[in-house]
Parts: sequence; structure tokens; C-alpha cells
Amino acid sequence: MGDGDGELVRVLLELLSASGEVELQDIAIAAEELTLSFEGKAALSRLLAEELAFAPPEALLEAEYHAPTRTYPGSIVEVTLGAGRADGGTRARPVTIGGERAPAFHTFQEIPLHPPIIAGSIFDTAPPLPLPVRAFFGDALNDPCEWARLWVKKYGADLVDLDLTSTDPYIKDTPVADAARLVEDLLQAVDVPIIIGGSGNPQKDARLLPKVAEVCEGERVLLSSANLDMWRPVAEAAKRHGHLVLAWSPIDINQAKELNRNLSEFIPASQIIMDPTSAALGYGLEYAYSVIERIRLAALMGDRELQSPQAAGTANSWGAREAWKTDPTLGPRELRGPMWELTGSLAYLLAGVDLFIMLHPGASSTVKDIVGWLSGGSAPPTFRELIGVGK
Amino acid sequence: MKQIGPMKVYPLLPKTNCGICGPRTCMGFAVQLCERSASLGECTPLLEGKYRENLVRLREIFAPPVREVVIGTGDHKVTVGGALVLMRHELRYTNPPAIAVVVDDSMPAETVMKRVQETNYFHYKYIGKILTLDAIAIRSADDTPEKFTKLVDMVARSTQLPLVLWAHNPAVIEEGVKLVQARRPLLYPATRENWRQMGELALRYRCPLGVYDHEIRMLRSIVKTLRVMGVDDLVLDPGCGFRGDLQETVSALTQIRIAAIREEDELLGYPLAGAPATLWEKLYDEGKDVVRWKEACLAAMMVVRYVDLLMVSSASKWSTLPLVVLRNNIYNDPRRPVSVDPGLRTFGEPDPKEAPVFLTSNFALTYYTVLSDIEKLDCHLLVVDTEGMSVDSAVAGRKFTAAKVAEVIASSGIADKVAHRTLIIPGLAARLKGDIEDATGWDVVVGPRDSSAIPGYVKAKWYGQDHTPGWTSR
Repeated sequence: MGDGDGELVRVLLELLSASGEVELQDIAIAAEELTLSFEGKAALSRLLAEELAFAPPEALLEAEYHAPTRTYPGSIVEVTLGAGRADGGTRARPVTIGGERAPAFHTFQEIPLHPPIIAGSIFDTAPPLPLPVRAFFGDALNDPCEWARLWVKKYGADLVDLDLTSTDPYIKDTPVADAARLVEDLLQAVDVPIIIGGSGNPQKDARLLPKVAEVCEGERVLLSSANLDMWRPVAEAAKRHGHLVLAWSPIDINQAKELNRNLSEFIPASQIIMDPTSAALGYGLEYAYSVIERIRLAALMGDRELQSPQAAGTANSWGAREAWKTDPTLGPRELRGPMWELTGSLAYLLAGVDLFIMLHPGASSTVKDIVGWLSGGSAPPTFRELIGVGK
Repeated sequence: MKQIGPMKVYPLLPKTNCGICGPRTCMGFAVQLCERSASLGECTPLLEGKYRENLVRLREIFAPPVREVVIGTGDHKVTVGGALVLMRHELRYTNPPAIAVVVDDSMPAETVMKRVQETNYFHYKYIGKILTLDAIAIRSADDTPEKFTKLVDMVARSTQLPLVLWAHNPAVIEEGVKLVQARRPLLYPATRENWRQMGELALRYRCPLGVYDHEIRMLRSIVKTLRVMGVDDLVLDPGCGFRGDLQETVSALTQIRIAAIREEDELLGYPLAGAPATLWEKLYDEGKDVVRWKEACLAAMMVVRYVDLLMVSSASKWSTLPLVVLRNNIYNDPRRPVSVDPGLRTFGEPDPKEAPVFLTSNFALTYYTVLSDIEKLDCHLLVVDTEGMSVDSAVAGRKFTAAKVAEVIASSGIADKVAHRTLIIPGLAARLKGDIEDATGWDVVVGPRDSSAIPGYVKAKWYGQDHTPGWTSR
């Protein structure tokens, strides 16, 4: 700086004392080394002293607060899974979801009437599953009924989701009759409500799911799933035999609406649960998260075509390589894997999902405990034994 | 979100249509400002003295309902807050939450150094981005200035990351901040007991200040008082807990953000802080992994429910990786396209006789994941138009079909680029093998279920002795 630096500092200090801060604009400074020292430390501390001399209040100033509640014109429809003896079924513990009149866990507004629930995921023929999952089920992976019993008796699942993947003509092409027999065995093996999934092959599912509906007459099972390309046979079967339909749509709110509209020609909203697709953490979670949140909000704002409860198959979190990969630099996969499924599930829980279909007992029991605490209950802390420490 | 009309903004702009900001006219710029796709800083003429009052006015108009607070300085700072909306689909979330890792002065020096280094070097490559951690929180457990300053000094020498100074005793904080004042640390926490001294420290050392109270009414009261003192760079912590306290934690964070954005409550219009690391005080006897597990759950819920500064106890990958990916996902701009263009991509110098031809979906995340796994190979990749869905969803939803595959084979001209007729399809699309063979006339080989296995697969199977597919084809 040149001769004028004394003057500049004076101006700066004046400005500082006036406003407390100085912003320099349109200033070009050419210098080898710039030391901006205020002669003043004295001047500065005088300024600070002045600032502080503006005496702070003697005591805390009072402030009011009212929780920001709001009334929503719509609500989520109540859906009951499973039917007990009084209602023509054999389920010991039917379970109801839905009924909310506020966004998920706005507990300052309302405590959820029916806390979200968890289905343990099983398969008629086990797909390749990562070791941290297999460790919990062992040989039961080859026996769907035993697998289901473990979920219910040992790992606290509210219901069981059996996917009949082997019926796919490109996998094993298991005949419909054989698959139906397995479903009947499952009804004997566990007394919780059940979800029965097809293979995803539209032609086969169109024959399989009606047969399943028939052999489950009166049990109020959730048929999984109907979609825009294949919904009529499922809707008809659900109507005829008194079951529920899982309405699957591909992260698209308009398709979800259209499908519900189609289904409503056969069954009421209280027999529909929506699955708007839950992508794995890191693989599109944000899109699914926002669709679920928007559906919940639209329902509360009164859109009658979106008022069924929502489900999320967070078992698919295990498709993420971060969940299953053996890589010591990412930490032990016995913990990392279930934490991957758990993290995604918690995001969807807060977006508005009422039914989770999960793969890992440690992740599912933590979700269950958290749901209990968030809903104001006193959930037992089960996950100490379940998170797989030392496994 | 508060809606602002361009006609309210335009009169305050220079109206010279100079084009420096990008749009050709000031009206165009006004529209972008209102859509929050441009910022005032892009109009450099506004900085001229004659527009000073207009600029002040414009800054008021566009001030977010949640204040932005900077922790740190220069190249080593992190900005938190600035939220514009309650739900990400309304526009986008602003400034992803900063994640600070906590060290305290009861820990052995080696443990402190290990955590600081883990935090410094934490990185994970995720679809073209590097995910990192943001800050170190230095906590006084011993409550003496001697131990605290020793720790502050040690940490300050070992990291350039922004700092949080955490002590309930203002005398302890003051000795610490003297050492690192130039780095503009966040002082934390001002409470209903120590607000006056902490407020004075924030003023004297010109640092942002964290405010803690478990009652929202009391938080408002402390903020109101601090504002009168002239302290305005604040971060609010309504406390946190697990088990029975969890409901209150999630509820308080949600209420505060709704009050700030929907009700325009200025006293709550500040970034939120959450300290899952405090679970260790209550739950330590449960064992390290169990507490860390709970901490990770709490932190994840906080990312979803509006927290802007997270203080966690560890940079361990298994608990922190899901968190940084969740943060990235939730804070992604929802307007970012979900899909990439379908068609042919070629990598390296594929040999026309035997280069592998892979197939994937045009969901952006799938595409970029596959890309990072195969870009070092000499190969072709056909991107099928699955309407932006991942492979497994698209197969289930009939968006990934044999007809779509035939379509991309025809339109890409891949048949002229390779002499063989063998496609490698994703393991997750195995079900389509027969259909694709019928629809295209190509042989189909089912590849790995996860593209990370492709390089190994190509080496062992495609070029391996026991499998030499395709050459003799039609």
C-alpha cells in the first residue's frame, strides 16, 4: 500500500464503528505481501467494548410457542391384513394399518393409530442371499415353512411374505398346483397374516394368484402384486375370495392413481395396499422417497385415489453392492449390510410407509423397536442380540 | 415455499439487459431468481454503489426462511441451513447437512488422532462424486481449560476441517477459541444457564453459536435474547435421545422446521443441530457396536428430518457410509433427470471379432454404476430405453422387454460393429433370455447380477477357455 494507508485504516475503522462490518468492493490491491494491521488493536477492542457496553438483557426474554399443527381434510384408509376365526379365517393375530390423519410421525399432531408393521421375506426357492442374512436362518432357507416360523417365533415378524419365484417359467416353472399346496402348508405353519407374491411373470401370475386366492379363501391374504399390465385377474380373485391386493407401480404417482382407479371397479380402498416401489439406498431412494411422501400428502389433502396405505419392499436393499460386498475397507458386512437395509427403511418410515417387507432380522427388529418408540409405546430393545455382533 | 413474483423483483434490477448473468434480459434473470435457479451474486452490476439500496432490498426478498450459517473460513468452511422448502419435491433441499466427528479430552491422544485422520481421509466414490465428512467437533469431557486447550491445539494442527468447540463451561470454551479464533469455529452450546457468557464469546470472537434446549419455547426465548445482544449466526439443537426420547426428538426437529418455513417464525429460522454422539453418555454399557448402531439410526432419521449439522462419534465406514449416501440421496436436486439417452456406448478399442456386448437400463444411477465398472474394458454397452427404471424394476414392470432390446439393437447398428452375435444381459434380467433370443436372433448369455463382477466375468468366462460364445453364429 502507498502513503495513503493511514487514511485507509482510519476510514475502515470509522466504517467499522458505524456498522460493525466492512465489505470491500471493486478494490484492486497490488502488493507483494499485504499486511493489514490495525494500529489499532486498541481501536478495535474499544469498538468491541462499545458493542458489549450495549448491555445484554438481565434475564432471558420470554417467548411463547405453539406447535404448528394443521388440519388435513383427508386420511389414510384402514386396511386389515388377515382374518381371525370370527371373520372366517384362521389367523390368530390379524393386524390393521392406516388410519393416519397427519404426515408420518408428526406426533405433535397425532400419535399414529396403527403403527407400521413388518413382514419377514421368504421364498419358495431361496435366491442367492448374502451370508449375513443366511446366518440367521441356516437350513431353514431350504424349507419355507420353517423359515416362516423362525421369522414369527424368533424374530418377531408381524406377518410373512412368501414369494413364489420358482413358478417363473424361466426359473423352475413350478406348477400352480404345487405352489398352492405350499401356500396351504404355510397357513398351517404360522398363524400370522400372510402375503403371497407371484414370480413377476405376467402370464403365470395371472393363473397363479387366483389359485392362491382360492386356497386361502377367508384368510384375507395380501396378493402380490397387481400392476397396470396385469391387474384384472388379481382384482377379480381378491373380490371373489375376500383378499387384499398389493398395487405395484414403478415410482410414478400417476400410474399408482390409474391402477387404484382400475382396482376400485372390483374392490374398495380398504382392500388395497399400494407399493409405489422402494429403491435401495444409493440406487434411486430419493425418487421413491419423494413419490411416497407425495402420495401420503395427496391422500391427506383429500385425493381419494391415493388413500390406501403404502408398502415398501426394503428387502431389495441387499441388491446394493455396498450391502453385501466383502470389502474390509468398508467395515464388516455383518453390520454394514443390515445397516444398509435399515437406513433405507427408516427413510421410508418417515416418508409414510405402513408395511415393510424385510430380509434381515436385525434390521427388521430395529425398525420394529423404533416404530414402537416413535409411536409412544415402550418397545422391548431386542436388537442387542440381533444385529449380528460377533456373527 | 414463499412464492415471489418476477414483477416484484424486476424493478429492483439494473434493467440494462447487459447479459452478464446469463439470460439476455433482466426480466429473464428475474424469472430465474424467482425459480431459485439463479442467485443474486450472478448480477455483478448490482454491486455498484448506485444499486446499494436495491441490493439490500433484493437480499431481504430472497432471504431463505432458514438462515445460512458458515462454520470455518476461506477454503475450509462449511455452509449449513438455508432451507427453502419442507419437502424436497417442492424445489430441492439446500446445503446438505454437515457431518462432524466428535473427539473429547478424555480420549487417549492416539484415539483422537486416529479419529481425526479417519475423518480427514474419509471418502467414497459414488456415481461420479466423492462423498466426504465435513468437520471435527472438539468436546470438553474433563471441564478444565488445560485439557481442552491441549486437545484443541492437537486437533487444529492435524486437520484443516472446520471445527466445533463443545463445552458447557464458557471459561473452557474461551481458552479454546483463543487458539482457533481465526478458523471461525462453532461455539456450542449456549444454554438457558450460560447464554450470556456464550453470547458474549460469540460476539467477542465473531463465531457462530450453537444453542441447546430440550424445550422449543425455551429455545425461542434464548434465541430472542441472543438476537437482542446482536448474536445472529445461530444453530439450534433441541436435544436428542433414543428409546422413549426418540418420539420427542423427531417431533421437535419437525416442529421447528415447519414453524420456520410454513409459519415464518424468525426465532426458529436457523439451521438445526443434532448430536447422536451424546448417546454414548447414556448407553455405553451396551457395547461399542450396539451404541454405534443406534447412533447410526438416529443420525439417519435426523438427515431425513431436517438436521443441518450432525455430530457423530465415529467415521467408521459401516455406520457412516449409509449415512453419507442417504444424505446425498435426500439432498439431490429432484429436477435432475432420472434417465440417460438410450443407445450404444463404446469403451476402449473393442476388437470387432470378440469384444463383449453388454446390456443395461437407461436409469441414470444404473447406467453410471455400470459405466464405472466397465469403462476400463474394451467393450460395447447397449442402453435400453426402460423409461428411467432400474433393471430389476423394469423387468418386473415390463419396461425392460425383448422388444425394447430388439429396438436398440436395430437403431444402434451394433451388428455392423461386432462379427459375433452374442449379448451379455444383466443377471437381474435372466428371465428375459429366451424372449430376447427369439426377438433378436442373437444368442444370449446371462451375466453377473451386479456389474462390479463384470471385469472378473469377462476374464474368467468370456475370454476363458471353457466359454467361447458366439463366434459361429448366424
